[in-house]
Amino acid sequence: MEPVRFGLQCPIPISDYPSVTLAHGGGGRLTQMLIERMLVPAFSNPALEALHDGAVLSLPMGWGGPVGADLRVGADLRVGADLRVGADLRVGADLRVRPGPSDLPRLAFTTDSYVVTPRFFPGGDIGSLAVHGTVNDLAMCGARPFALSAGFILEEGLPMEELWRVVQSMQAAAQGVGVPVVTGDTKVVDRGRGDGIYINTAGIGLIPPGVEISPQRAQPGDVVLLSGAIGAHGVAIMSVREGLAFETTLKSDSAPLHELVARVLDATGERLHVLRDPTRGGVASALNEIAAQARVGIRLFETQIPVWDEVRGACEILGLDPLYVANEGKCLAIVAPDAADAALAALRAHPLGKEAAIIGEVVADPPGVVTMRSRIGGWRIVDMLSGEQLPRIC
Amino acid sequence: MRFMDEYRSEADARKLLDAIERLVSRPWTIMEICGGQTHTLIKTGIDRMLPDAVTLVHGPGCPVCVTPLEMIDRAIAIARQPGVLFTSFGDMLRVPGSRTDLLSVKAGGGDVRIVYSPLDALKLAQRNPDRQVVFFAVGFETTAPGNAMAVWQARELGVRNFSVLCSHVLVPPAMEAILGSGENTVQSFLAAGHVCTVMGYREYEPIAERYRVPIVVTGFEPLDLLQGIYMALKSLEEGRWGVENQYSRSVTRDGNVAAQRLMGQVFETCDRPWRGIGLIPRSGYRLRPEFRDWDAEARFAVEGVQAQESPLCIAGQILRGTKKPHECGAFASLCTPEHPLGAPMVSSEGACAAYYQYHRARV
Repeated sequence: MEPVRFGLQCPIPISDYPSVTLAHGGGGRLTQMLIERMLVPAFSNPALEALHDGAVLSLPMGWGGPVGADLRVGADLRVGADLRVGADLRVGADLRVRPGPSDLPRLAFTTDSYVVTPRFFPGGDIGSLAVHGTVNDLAMCGARPFALSAGFILEEGLPMEELWRVVQSMQAAAQGVGVPVVTGDTKVVDRGRGDGIYINTAGIGLIPPGVEISPQRAQPGDVVLLSGAIGAHGVAIMSVREGLAFETTLKSDSAPLHELVARVLDATGERLHVLRDPTRGGVASALNEIAAQARVGIRLFETQIPVWDEVRGACEILGLDPLYVANEGKCLAIVAPDAADAALAALRAHPLGKEAAIIGEVVADPPGVVTMRSRIGGWRIVDMLSGEQLPRIC
Repeated sequence: MRFMDEYRSEADARKLLDAIERLVSRPWTIMEICGGQTHTLIKTGIDRMLPDAVTLVHGPGCPVCVTPLEMIDRAIAIARQPGVLFTSFGDMLRVPGSRTDLLSVKAGGGDVRIVYSPLDALKLAQRNPDRQVVFFAVGFETTAPGNAMAVWQARELGVRNFSVLCSHVLVPPAMEAILGSGENTVQSFLAAGHVCTVMGYREYEPIAERYRVPIVVTGFEPLDLLQGIYMALKSLEEGRWGVENQYSRSVTRDGNVAAQRLMGQVFETCDRPWRGIGLIPRSGYRLRPEFRDWDAEARFAVEGVQAQESPLCIAGQILRGTKKPHECGAFASLCTPEHPLGAPMVSSEGACAAYYQYHRARV
């Protein structure tokens, strides 16, 4: 294999952005640029280039037998220890993305870092979020979560009591999901060099044979479903941020989605084409990514997108669009047209999907573009967020 | 949701669109003043649902867009100074100055913070007595009362480490500048409902008389705009002019008299350059001399900072309503929200940003 060659020049021209701005982490177009122009070319490989919520890895030959069968059962730590995933993958290095549904179980592998401010917010905290977020990234690959890692970057001076609360919350969340935290790391940085606590979690999960979920599978005619009302997490966080505090009873929707996804998978099988959890950047950014990756258009119907009044009200006042506000317990599902009713019924049968709705459809044209029929009947583009959503002046 | 859904009903929108269709007998050009109105029009697709004979041109009512470049550069110069805590409404942070923007100053280590109200900036000053807290006071008559109150309170409370960088602009002189220009095509205005909530609409009456144009004070919801457009077209078709009030649930003829009194005590009118348009006489507010101690331009000696616009940007023509965003050669190619050449591509109220976000490809 030819080694990756790094050019002398930074792929994101210095003249554009001599330093990283917050917008590079906002989940919008600048985040996408950073990933697509700098990170993906640098680490180039097929699993990464699929740009899924997690990497989907084929296990080396011979792994589809008894080991795979054990994995499917769930969190069997003894099996996990036997796996020695990192070592085997380095040797096996079978990163080819298999076309079409695989008849062997495959591995989903993902990582995510959590830097949320404030650390404790209505409906959750950085610890539970770090578990749910990574579990959801695995679920969006169609995987049953299997094991998590936890890396802590702590700032000198962080009250031990707060750390303990976060750790307990993580433990409770992991237990709720039924997925163990099997390895971890701690680092402490000087006071002023961190923001109290940052957490990184990585997760592995197992994708059952026959499941093939990836953004590229969205095709014209498919139906777009949303598992519930949007924007609660983002608005709940904003309601307690310094300088922006406003009163609301709203709570973050942070929740693990693996069971919900399993129900939909049971109901639809191979007809479930794409799953995506619309976290930062919201539903609009997630659908734009899918439209771009599958080279299809997506048409939404504004009146069918569930948004609670508390969220709508807060967004109206702050000048934000709920379509771009983060969620931590919602998923988008794109299914074949003949599976739409079954998917909707499966979503609604689960407590986390009670308010699920069909919100749109996949079309051929224009490719890569998300459009929406407005409340009053006009059409417009729903673009990817450029930079951060900023509160308006008046 | 009450007070929103009533103004977003598809059935009622259809009725107004049908009425407009029946009413219009020839081409008319209407300018909506406020960028918030522009965004509603584009976001809900109203501009494409109107009969072809009705042309909407987008006005200069985007405070971010018209704040002159040298003011942005002055803000950046202040925000970079050690010990300064620079506060602003969120919109202003991404607006390009000559070389950089406030978000990049923040990325480079400057303490730049978004606030929702100038009074929050004043509180920051009280909580950080060893810092110089500066608020970027931009906007039309809508934001002026809050900004006036912050300065007033700073004096009453004796808060000496607070100051404002003041770049207020006023709507009526800009309307006169548009109507008086040789290239004007605007036949009627939708006046900005929230500006008139503060100011009332008496000051628009002489403009309507002098230039014989119908002016309709209009709100921001889709049905407000459709009704405002209908009222403007009805006057045009009937050959009438004068000021009408569509937004009567918020606007009275006299406006908010208490707010106006406070603004008069803190601000005085001055000539003001508008970004992309140029100097408009008596079109801005500055702090009165007795409030000079709270004037950031004086405190930080940045009055001399001058600036140069990108020669490719046609923001001036956009803001005067003589060109539409997609008629600009740089639109969506050299100029995007990630790399804006001019302010209208940045703001949530800028016309170029609205076109880019909602209309870039055919839908």
